[in-house]
Amino acid sequence: MGYEKIIILLPLIIPLLTAIISLFFKKNKIVNNYISIVGSSLLLITTTALLFPLIVENEILTTQVGCWEAPFGITIVVDMFSAMMLVIASFVGLMVNIYALENIKYKKKEYSFFVFFQFLIMAVNGAFLAGDIFNLYVWFEVMLIASFVLLVLGNGKKQLIATVKYTLLSFIASAFLLVGVGMIYGISGSLNMADVAVYFQENPNEPLMTVAAVLFMLPFAIKAALFPLYFWLPDSYHTPEISVTALFSGLLTKVGIYAMIRCFTLIFIHDIHYTHTILMVAAGFTMLSGVFGALSKVNMRRILSFHIVSQVGYMVLGLALYTPLAIAGAIFYIIQHILAKTNLFLITGVVEKIKGTSNLKGVSGLYHRFPIFSIFFLVVALSLAGLPPLSGFWAKFILIKAGFQQEEYLMIFIVLITGLLTLFSMMKIWVNAFWGKQQEQPERNLIKNEKSLFKEHWSLLIPIILMALVTVFIGLFSMPLMKYATIAAEQLMNPAQYIEAVLGDVN
Amino acid sequence: MEFLLSILVGLLFAAGVYLLLHRDFVKLVIGIVIIGNATALFIFVAGRIVRENAPFIQEDGLPPENFADPVPQALILTALVIGFGIQAFALILFKKVYDIPTVDKIDDLKK
Repeated sequence: MGYEKIIILLPLIIPLLTAIISLFFKKNKIVNNYISIVGSSLLLITTTALLFPLIVENEILTTQVGCWEAPFGITIVVDMFSAMMLVIASFVGLMVNIYALENIKYKKKEYSFFVFFQFLIMAVNGAFLAGDIFNLYVWFEVMLIASFVLLVLGNGKKQLIATVKYTLLSFIASAFLLVGVGMIYGISGSLNMADVAVYFQENPNEPLMTVAAVLFMLPFAIKAALFPLYFWLPDSYHTPEISVTALFSGLLTKVGIYAMIRCFTLIFIHDIHYTHTILMVAAGFTMLSGVFGALSKVNMRRILSFHIVSQVGYMVLGLALYTPLAIAGAIFYIIQHILAKTNLFLITGVVEKIKGTSNLKGVSGLYHRFPIFSIFFLVVALSLAGLPPLSGFWAKFILIKAGFQQEEYLMIFIVLITGLLTLFSMMKIWVNAFWGKQQEQPERNLIKNEKSLFKEHWSLLIPIILMALVTVFIGLFSMPLMKYATIAAEQLMNPAQYIEAVLGDVN
Repeated sequence: MEFLLSILVGLLFAAGVYLLLHRDFVKLVIGIVIIGNATALFIFVAGRIVRENAPFIQEDGLPPENFADPVPQALILTALVIGFGIQAFALILFKKVYDIPTVDKIDDLKK
């Protein structure tokens, strides 16, 4: 016994130690790279080989930090949903880390790129593990500060301007979250999520509960980029290095979604009719406005950024429908979205490497010289758009099925329209950048042909290939993941299990 | 006392939001500071204000009858430290942005 209590703390300890150690070696080019890679690999091994089997066996594990009993101390909780998120986050972390070896210039590594990278991973893991609302707030702040630095690293003019917008909105979000935390403490006298949930179940008529719910909804919606609070995202995601954008697109908005799903299935379930209707309306508008925004853009980075927005809508729709099937669909969607979207950004990075730009007007006919690389883009893009054998299809299928069960026909219509338009803009990239006529002066390419791409830039391609394979795999063999997501969703829909695991036997 | 403090919290929030809506970078930073303080004060008031006793365990091993809650103060302390970090970052960031020749006000950020 006992050792599993330490294992669930490892996702915090490993990135922290890696960050601290690499702080000492930031001037040393090679050591700097190795430390970060070793740290990310260790994290992936811990989450997949140690943590994940434990969760499959025990379902929910908790640690009371410092042995202070549950409602008083800080609680770390892993249930099936957060375990899956930890595994996927550490996988994406390692992939982006490999990609960043080549993508990030030495100059930026010297200014502690990998230190903040690891701090960001730690904060994301912390948000997945938090069992205490104030702790969740603190992890959000750690994540924000690390992301500010990653976003602005390099001091480009565009980066500075984008960071101002990002900083201001993030600051407003965290101020609201803090007010929400204070209000919950004022109402219930506790900060532990399970304890607060028990209090809310026992006193369902507290007048301020709905206010607190909305105060929590707002910051999570800003972080997750929900309509009408998403404008910072397409405005800031196209400026930094592509590895940073890929990491942000994979992890940051998903932390907002994760926190939203956690709070709105555990704590704020007193007035589902009110809160979840707001979420559903927001989800519908998010899907539509994101996908329409993407239609009007010609830069690959901007198109993909707008697609993050529209796809966040699907995940929130799953939460808003609030049935076990819908939440399972949302979990499945999050997982496949993280893999596909991060990968698309990494591919965009390679396109930029080849052509020097990701503007569709300046890129065409890559397929002629880079056929294998182009196929990877096609597979991932179709998977994101949701073509049948690939993973996006199953995620959308489950959401639509759940929509039919709840008889939300308007939402189903929006889901289908959004899917169609997503396919359209993915095809826009494919037809323009990859398929079209070969450019007149191919010798102006920075990388001449596929052979030299595979030979000299393998550290850019390994993550792309691995993530594409995983995406295809969870599309073709979706049953195990679906089963897992279903169990995780049932666990989320049944808060008593979580509460018992944290507080012990209450009654 | 709680009534007065609540009004103060409201005033601080109003002032902070007013400053955030300004086009000037300096006022923006001051707005961030004021909103940070307003949230801290909000938590303080929400945690109930008690003046009778400090939260120490007495000689008989029991807490005093009516004591000030230490948790909101711990929260405020953490939040203030985090807020301080963000304010420092924001100051440097705004200074850097202000140094860009074409940027004087927030409106200039729209390209």
